[in-house]
Amino acid sequence: MICYPYPKVTFSPVREHLKSWTAQNLGSADTAAIQILFSLPKMPDVQTLVNDFLNQLKKRKIEGSQATAKLTAELLRSVISQQRVPHTNQATALIYAVRAVGEQLIAANPVELAVGNIVRRVLHIIREEDLSLATAAMAGLGVSAASDDEDDMERDENSVLSAAAVAAAARSTLRPPSLQTLLEDTPDSAAAPHTSSSGGESDGRSRSVDKGSRVRKLKHDVIEAVNELIQDISTCYEQIAEQAVEHIHHNEVILTLGSSKTVLEFLYAAKEKQRSFKVFVAEGAPRYQGHILAKELAARGLQTTVITDSAVFAMISRVNMVIVGAHAVMANGGVIAPVGLNMVALAAQRHAVPFVVLAGSHKLCPLYPHNPEVLLNELRSPSELLDFGEFSDCMDSASGTGSLHVVNPTFDYVPPKLVSLFITDTGGHNPSYMYRLIADYYSADDLVVKRRPTAGS
Amino acid sequence: MSLTQALLEHKERRKKNSNAVMTMVIKRSKPNPAIHQSRLGTDELFMAIDPDTKQLVYYEDRADQSRGILHLDKSLLVDNPSLSLHHDKQVELLYFGVMSLACDNLINFLELIRLAISYLQDCYIDICSPEVLSLFTDNFDYQHLRRHFVKGLLVDDIMGYKIFVHEIHSDYAARVDNFRSYDTVSKDIIHRWTYPLVPDVMNFGKTATKLERQGMYRALEISQSQSAVIGPFTVIGSGTKIGNNTKISNSVIGEGCKIGSNVIIEGCYIWDNISIEDGCKLQHAIVCDGVIIKSGAVLEPGVILSFKVVVGPEFIVPPYSKVSLLQQPIEEDSDEELEYADSTSVMGSQVDKSDEITSKVLETHFTPASELGMGGAGHVWSTCESGHEEEWRHSVAPIPKDKIMEAIKTMEDDLGFIHDDSFLPPSGELIPNSNDSDDDDHEDSRDDSYYFEKEVEATFLRAVHENIQESHLILEINSLKLSYNKLTSDCAGALFYAMMKCALDIPHSSADGLLQNVQVVFTKWKKALTSYLNDKDEQIEVILKFEEMCLESAKEFAPLFTTILHQLYNDDVVEENAILSWEDEKKDADEADKVFVKQAQKLIQWTLMDE
Repeated sequence: MICYPYPKVTFSPVREHLKSWTAQNLGSADTAAIQILFSLPKMPDVQTLVNDFLNQLKKRKIEGSQATAKLTAELLRSVISQQRVPHTNQATALIYAVRAVGEQLIAANPVELAVGNIVRRVLHIIREEDLSLATAAMAGLGVSAASDDEDDMERDENSVLSAAAVAAAARSTLRPPSLQTLLEDTPDSAAAPHTSSSGGESDGRSRSVDKGSRVRKLKHDVIEAVNELIQDISTCYEQIAEQAVEHIHHNEVILTLGSSKTVLEFLYAAKEKQRSFKVFVAEGAPRYQGHILAKELAARGLQTTVITDSAVFAMISRVNMVIVGAHAVMANGGVIAPVGLNMVALAAQRHAVPFVVLAGSHKLCPLYPHNPEVLLNELRSPSELLDFGEFSDCMDSASGTGSLHVVNPTFDYVPPKLVSLFITDTGGHNPSYMYRLIADYYSADDLVVKRRPTAGS
Repeated sequence: MSLTQALLEHKERRKKNSNAVMTMVIKRSKPNPAIHQSRLGTDELFMAIDPDTKQLVYYEDRADQSRGILHLDKSLLVDNPSLSLHHDKQVELLYFGVMSLACDNLINFLELIRLAISYLQDCYIDICSPEVLSLFTDNFDYQHLRRHFVKGLLVDDIMGYKIFVHEIHSDYAARVDNFRSYDTVSKDIIHRWTYPLVPDVMNFGKTATKLERQGMYRALEISQSQSAVIGPFTVIGSGTKIGNNTKISNSVIGEGCKIGSNVIIEGCYIWDNISIEDGCKLQHAIVCDGVIIKSGAVLEPGVILSFKVVVGPEFIVPPYSKVSLLQQPIEEDSDEELEYADSTSVMGSQVDKSDEITSKVLETHFTPASELGMGGAGHVWSTCESGHEEEWRHSVAPIPKDKIMEAIKTMEDDLGFIHDDSFLPPSGELIPNSNDSDDDDHEDSRDDSYYFEKEVEATFLRAVHENIQESHLILEINSLKLSYNKLTSDCAGALFYAMMKCALDIPHSSADGLLQNVQVVFTKWKKALTSYLNDKDEQIEVILKFEEMCLESAKEFAPLFTTILHQLYNDDVVEENAILSWEDEKKDADEADKVFVKQAQKLIQWTLMDE
């Protein structure tokens, strides 16, 4: 156990700090606004970074939710690190800054839900860190009052635990405890894969009530946690793939559609564990990403068959399991997925084949879908379907022959009742459980990422 | 489209060949089969491209719509063993058969035509090297990028600059240079061919736009009546208000517009801050910023309203009219200036400027009853010289039905014609055509000989007046002979003509006087003439010329024909052989032509006797 020297604590500063903390958290709007005004001027390089990223998002230059999520998290990390924080209300200032950037990012590509997810995750991290710091302070106060000892003292496991317990208690007064915090109350919780927000370690380190160090502390902790988030995003394949062996058995036939790196790694992990099985790959018109996946799989020694999208119904009776990737998972357990997957899901349901969706935790979106076929869809260029030159005479509206319209949607919405199982980096979950999982990752205050003049929490 | 690939190719080529100064981007597209017109209303286009190197060897765009013959330089075909010809109109291809072409290339060529029927569209995107800039400085008189610059570059073989092409397939690229292409490109954007450059992704304004079913783009803050019907493929900007029972389809409506009740809008482009009152009907029109259309007004297809025009109530704006607050520029302006004025005031690239002007104009020209009904403001521009043809070709309105019918009819006629004598047998048939330059030659030579005679005459007169030596005169005439590519006999005839004319011009009282003049001239200049008369043919030519003169230009000589001929014989200008063969030639001629033969009969007999 790592131990830190604990500075001398006097009664009054702590109380004062507590006062300011409560004031901030209960939303004393004026002071918060003043602090924010103070902290608004940012380093120009962050602004250029943000603008670059916005531009790329707008031009749809970044593809894939994983890449987007990672880039977003990295951007937010630099925003936080560049953000000057005042002595009081640091959390509010950070939240405000992240929100301001996040709002722009979400507006730049509202269809790429991973951006919004990461922004909300980071906001949640800031809140959690702030809370844990405050509770640590409270715990420290309690301990110092109890022990009445003025010297530096060595803290042991128990005191950390008590700090966490106080933190949990403090949180519970504000909102219902999340599953994660409940889990973390147990001593072994530090080993859980997602210790991102309030691990015992950071608690231990943050037992300082000195104001100056606390300023740096919060920012430092948040950046640490965001780093962990980035780590999580980049390793989510492995964590999902680890579970492959539990789901794929010998001599099974797996069907997938389109291309997904998660699916590729998942299948490959099962193959690594000496499972022999066959894979059917539906090609995923109009972008034919299935061809790429099939090539990769065959190169890795898996027995692969390519079929057209329209042959899915014909082949489904031979299939033991459908494993697909997703673009995003909504709070109700519905899936935004590459176009064609709804058809596959219906086919799977018709033949009672399990329909398994692989999704990293950055794909979990706390929003409920409303009219997802239209509002959460992206119509891409028709040139992916047919050649402009070949049909340009059919599109000449001037001569009255312009009756050809081509629609090229990118996504399908698969309703939750068609999904048998979600596999995330934390394990397998039922669609009806998704809302609970999501509550762990996001705080309810951040569901609407919109800048408001009174940005209290 | 993404320029990366084209740019890469350009750079690669530059490395290999520093003369590759430009890369043009072209795109395949099909023209409307019925009317010979591309979607963008642009002119016809011929391109010849070397398929291997992608070098552009020939470029021709045709401003006039007349179908013509394409002249491909023979050397092009020699230099490029394979060549693909691209054209944006199908029928035109069949006219290739009339081209002047060497026979041995023909079979090869016809095969090529069959291979390379394709339709291209010039995107007007060029990747240029720095040399191009200096070319523009050197040739500051380039007015048209394609017609002057590109063709100039292709024809000019001194610098050896080359132009290459880059063809794009699924990407989208087009140029807006008239109202038709404005309409077409806008529609393509709404149909998302330009993704991600579409209204809901790249919102150019401040407000976000959502795409709904059937291609409806709507900004977030719109107040729309429940009973208003908004059809497919429309864009509606934020802050726009739409009244009851209004129908909008296939249109673009800008920000902050007020549209009243019972309005029908079809295929229109309505810019920002426009108010359209109740009961208006707009079809295929472009309405610029700040226009007010009073209740009940009707805009017929193809109307363009410039900034801040006011259309009076119940007024019907006739089809294809252009309305501006500015007076139409006076006709004496050159075409270019007209176009310029047109583009600034209507297309509005310089909004500020035109605003300034319009406000001025408003003060002076606002009259309660103007050309646009009660309370209207604006001037209807009459169509320019280009006329009605251009109007329908370039307007936003759909092409009228009758035009399409007309076009289909002419196309069928054409096809009939083509079936008659198209697909010429590969062996021959074409050669007569290809040799039709002979006719040209003939025609040319006739012209030439006229000028030649004039020149010789002038030279001779100068020699007479300035007392130039005979040898110098001969030298000058020789040079003329060479420059006009004439025979010696032509020279003889021309010189003889000039001498006789000279003799005629010296004042004389009677026929005897004239004869004496002739004798004087001949004694002086005989040597010059005889230097061209080495042969019998040339002497005959002289006699024929003399005969012609007597008949036409100088009738005074007619009675003296025999005398002068005798004189010529005595002076050894003409020999008896020539006279006899002249008579021989004239045997079959008409009676009228034989006048002089009869007149000279005595002389002829005498010469025969003499022999």
